[in-house]
Amino acid sequence: MPEEGMEDNKEGEERPKWNNKAEYLLTCIGFAVGLGNVWRFPYLCQIYGGGAFLIPYLIALVFQGLPLLYLELAIGQRLRMGSIGVWNSISPYLGGVGVASMLVSFCVSLFYNTIVAWVLWYLFNSFQEPLPWSQCPLNHNNTGYVEECVESTPVNYFWYRQTLNITPNMETSGSLQWWLVVSLATAWSIVYICFVRGIKTIGKAVYFTATFPYLVLTIFLVRALTLPGSSEGLIYLFTPDWEILKNPQVWLDAATQIFFSLSVAFGGLISFSSYNSQKNNCERDAVLVGVINSATSIYASIPIFAILGFKAHTNYVTCLNGNILALTNEFDISDMNITVENYEQWFDSLNGTHPSRVSDLKLKTCDLQTFLDQSASGTGLAFIVFTEAVISMPGSQVWAVLFFIMLFSLGLSSMFGNLEGVLTPLHDLKLVPKWMPNELFTAIICLLLFLMALIFCLGSGNYWLEIFNSYVGSVPFLIIAFFEIIAVAYIYGIGRFSDDLEFMTGHRPNIFWKVCWLVISPLMLFVVLVAYVAVQAQTPPTYAAWNPDYVNFPNTEVLPYPDWVFAICVLLSSVPVISIPLVAIYRLICCMSGRHSKDSLHNNPNPYANEDYVVELLL
Amino acid sequence: MLVWILFLLCQVGAPALAQDLCQRDAPNGYKVRISLKTALGEDAYEWNQSEMFFFQATMAFAMRRHFQMETYNVDNIILCVQTSRVSFWFVVTSPDNTTMLIPKADVEKAVRMSRHRINNAFLLSDRTLEFLGIYPTLAAPVNPDTPPWLIVFGVVIGAVCAGIIALLVSSLLQKRRKEKGMTEDGQDEEDMQVKGVENGINLDGTYNRGFTDDDRFTKL
Repeated sequence: MPEEGMEDNKEGEERPKWNNKAEYLLTCIGFAVGLGNVWRFPYLCQIYGGGAFLIPYLIALVFQGLPLLYLELAIGQRLRMGSIGVWNSISPYLGGVGVASMLVSFCVSLFYNTIVAWVLWYLFNSFQEPLPWSQCPLNHNNTGYVEECVESTPVNYFWYRQTLNITPNMETSGSLQWWLVVSLATAWSIVYICFVRGIKTIGKAVYFTATFPYLVLTIFLVRALTLPGSSEGLIYLFTPDWEILKNPQVWLDAATQIFFSLSVAFGGLISFSSYNSQKNNCERDAVLVGVINSATSIYASIPIFAILGFKAHTNYVTCLNGNILALTNEFDISDMNITVENYEQWFDSLNGTHPSRVSDLKLKTCDLQTFLDQSASGTGLAFIVFTEAVISMPGSQVWAVLFFIMLFSLGLSSMFGNLEGVLTPLHDLKLVPKWMPNELFTAIICLLLFLMALIFCLGSGNYWLEIFNSYVGSVPFLIIAFFEIIAVAYIYGIGRFSDDLEFMTGHRPNIFWKVCWLVISPLMLFVVLVAYVAVQAQTPPTYAAWNPDYVNFPNTEVLPYPDWVFAICVLLSSVPVISIPLVAIYRLICCMSGRHSKDSLHNNPNPYANEDYVVELLL
Repeated sequence: MLVWILFLLCQVGAPALAQDLCQRDAPNGYKVRISLKTALGEDAYEWNQSEMFFFQATMAFAMRRHFQMETYNVDNIILCVQTSRVSFWFVVTSPDNTTMLIPKADVEKAVRMSRHRINNAFLLSDRTLEFLGIYPTLAAPVNPDTPPWLIVFGVVIGAVCAGIIALLVSSLLQKRRKEKGMTEDGQDEEDMQVKGVENGINLDGTYNRGFTDDDRFTKL
């Protein structure tokens, strides 16, 4: 084990430290609590039988999430290095795990900040009366509304046309949308200003970004509960359907959700805990972060679903009112005689007496359940469903601004972890020239990421973002986490690890942690990985394209990925993780050729070791 | 006498003729639909004959406003087919010849010109006082010179850039101050040792360098 003293004073430079424990905890919580807590978990809860979903979710948290979290925080704190340095120290053959972590964090930073840029764009547009997504714009000669908007909805039109300006398929790249470039530049500038002095400025920023979402969620909760239809939404969300637990897909989704939600395997958590002093109770920190993350998910789903219930109710009433108007006009019934309450009786009596005239009207079937079933997750939830709900609320601008600032702080605090997972390993690899100050290096990395992310500002950018999200942000993490836990539990050794934990926290880990690290978590991770890959392999690689010329417009057109795009997908999944075997093979070759690599110094911290007198056992 | 009888017949026949002119789906007529409860809710007034008369007067006004030479009267607006919706049909006859109907297009122009006045007379809007076939003109969108989002963006990016510059400048100044401070400190320590000030006590005598602590320079 490397001595304490060696790590602290590399070239006389002290490792930065957290100002206080609160900043460290808020940063970790902010990293874990992200956009997925708000727009992925409620969706899963809804489609997997409400309250019943909490059972596989909590089981996955306890047996998979918390052990992984504790492991990452512990090794970061003990070894006091970023992900590359840590895995190099544990075993030189597994140094590739750190490289893989860094590459994946790099790719995720690219597309995650683009989502933050979209949130900023919507935020800037929320300061108008009326909100731009509430009505269709007029066409060229002011004779009517734009056709694409009339056929779909104003909210869809604003998202697909005025924000993304999306192309009908992936082959058409379109041009750079300057307003998105501007929003992306703003997003990266804000990330940079928080990173300028490293964790000093991050620590200050998280006081706002990590706490503000809770305030907004509470405000929305109180507001939503006073809206009509909210109770239906909540009942719909939480009504448990116990039968769903027999479906293995539910367990798979619960495990993957807890895994991606906690943001392990990014390397960011290792970096954050490396700035701690070694005598810190990381066990308590891990449990705290994990529990708060899950509690936030559950807490966030309440106002989200109250508002979705309100939206379904509004849509239902609008649908009914359309039918009522048609009937009133056709049969010249006195105004407001047919109401939402007595609609059924009127309809039955009119249909009985004049069935042909009623059927000619082509009335829509209005069913509240259908509107409640219109579930959405991801960007669809935030930018389409929620914005539509906000229009119907009195004082729409305030709610829109609050909602988008909340999404912005959620995304920004997660970006801190993403970028930290890129910067700290680069520092530890000593790739930074000595003359370059940290601020300049961070600026160069941010600029590089901004330029590379311009691909998502093209017309086809949204399609590319979906690809990155599905292929980079999924399987590589599972593989990295699996190797992490195998490395620590079996290669490093659970005995040594327990000694380190005793040194740091003051007591040895109890039997629960040991069993999880040795058996349960690796097994669960392996099963989840295999099942996930199997499910992905079975679903044909297609994407949903927004094509105004499509026959069934406004439904999205399902198109298959072109071959070259599919090749890129495979590359994105495999290139980050290919570094794991590559580095292992490289180290093996180095070792077998008899040369001592630099890492022997790390494992032999004896400064008096004179290599000329070491016996060459490898001959 | 004959003239007197003819005159009587005309008086009797006129309303009947008027009824023939105004009927459901009349070629030169328009259907009007009024939704009082939707527009006014609790304050909705009752639609009765006086209101119908008011409508005739308003339409006559609209026709006069459009065709400025001709004097239309209440009698020139003929209403029929009233339902409890409230909806009815109306046609407009020429003031010179009560059997001649004003063409649909002219009536439409008159209504479009005075639409706002007609709506306000009845405390209604384009949506609640409908002339079926005459579509309301869409309100022109308000196009500000600078899009509002650009203003918000300008404020945010200005604040962020100012912050970045401030932080960079302050950390640069801090570094310079630290470097200056370190060189000065080093000199101060040497001077103090040479002058024999140990622990703040001014020792008399000369300082013997043989007993200085050099260990910080060569680590064994």
